[in-house]
Amino acid sequence: MSEMPPTMNITEQKIEPRANGSLRAYLRSIAAIVWKDLAAEFRSRELIGAMLVFAALVIVVFNFALELDIRTRETVTSGVLWVTFAFAGTLGLNRSMAIEKDRGCLDGLLLAPVDRSAIYFGKAIGNLFFMLIVEAIILPMYSVLYNVNLFQPGLIFVILLGSIGYTAVGTLLASMAVQARTRDVLLPILLFPVLIPLLLAAVKASNGFLQGFEIAEIMPWVNIMIAYDVIFIAVAFMVFDFVVEE
Amino acid sequence: MEHKPKALTVLNWLTGAVFVVALYIVLIWAPQEAIMGDVQRVFYFHVSAGWVGALAFLVTAIVGGIYLARGEQRWDRVAQASVEIGVVFAFINIVTGSIWARPIWNTWWTWDPRLVTATIMELIYIAYMMLRRGIEDPDRRARFGAVYSIVGFISVPLTFLSIRIFRTIHPIVVGSSDPAALGAFDMTVDMRVAFFFSLFTFTLLYITLLWHRLRLQVKMEKIEERKLRALSS
Repeated sequence: MSEMPPTMNITEQKIEPRANGSLRAYLRSIAAIVWKDLAAEFRSRELIGAMLVFAALVIVVFNFALELDIRTRETVTSGVLWVTFAFAGTLGLNRSMAIEKDRGCLDGLLLAPVDRSAIYFGKAIGNLFFMLIVEAIILPMYSVLYNVNLFQPGLIFVILLGSIGYTAVGTLLASMAVQARTRDVLLPILLFPVLIPLLLAAVKASNGFLQGFEIAEIMPWVNIMIAYDVIFIAVAFMVFDFVVEE
Repeated sequence: MEHKPKALTVLNWLTGAVFVVALYIVLIWAPQEAIMGDVQRVFYFHVSAGWVGALAFLVTAIVGGIYLARGEQRWDRVAQASVEIGVVFAFINIVTGSIWARPIWNTWWTWDPRLVTATIMELIYIAYMMLRRGIEDPDRRARFGAVYSIVGFISVPLTFLSIRIFRTIHPIVVGSSDPAALGAFDMTVDMRVAFFFSLFTFTLLYITLLWHRLRLQVKMEKIEERKLRALSS
């Protein structure tokens, strides 16, 4: 140790205490961004309001589009639910990123001494919260309107997994779409092809839980969802820098 | 790239000649399949087109990654050229597949994993092109394209896997026969020759088209540059 030049010693000494501090600072910046989104939304309620109304309308439209008699209802419920969530979700994602861009919040965030990935996680978790709140309202609404019990732990678990994957990819793609000219139409076009494995697995897993299939039959789908979530959170984390840099 | 390089002229002629030979091999030389008859010959160009589509997609994702790492514009040019070629060949793949399916499976379409994955891949390509079209700044366009091509490329095997599991757990839909039974065939040696020759032909075609498209892109950029200079002076 005594042969090492003094500068290296100092750097080594500095890194140790900073490592713990920077992790806490990182988590705090994520929390700050989430809190900002939740607080802003709590005051205006524009995002959740729009998503809710849209989701309710979609459910009503489905009633006429599909003959939801008692028997078909059971097999079709999971599909209807996920289509509803997927479409309402794009509304929320679009609006959430558009607010950042239009009000210059994104520029402010980029100027802050915060790791870019913290911005990604902050936005993604905020979007996840909005989506979960909407789903939490849609589930009882659907249960009442169609007289089917949707409050099963398995289903709730699948909805949570699916929403995580959805917002992980959606936040990344929405950050890109919002910077293009055709911003509103572009997000669904970008998002849905990439989302297919997650949506398919989510519908199958939800259906499995609702109809009381064996756990062994449902597990492949849950595994796909978990794999999808992990892979795409990692990918988004790695490339988000390139999406927001000026 | 001012004058057309000699190598490109040679490549043009070579690809043209190889393609003519391929046509002969596929349409005349290859043996007629015992059960399906001549319609089976669609298979050679159908798979080759699909192969080029997948190759183009892979190339786009890879050069996208390189662009993100290096920031050099030539990689983005390759990505753009590759996507355009890929869109066309993936479309040819889907259409020729339908043409083959109609007499064999008695349906234009079936929700088989490979068909659905091919369609989704095509949709991701088209989404890529729409994304690029909507962005003015060239550097941002290149970056977003790279990001989306990587995200899209990773999703394709996941899509295939999930649909594959979907088909194993649930039986094939009513209306179309089991694809594994009708339409599957073992290739004789002659057929294998024809098959690999078509793959080779289409790969050569891909490289030729890519080179041409790259030169076109460079020229288009030069024109833009001169326009801007003329406007500002």
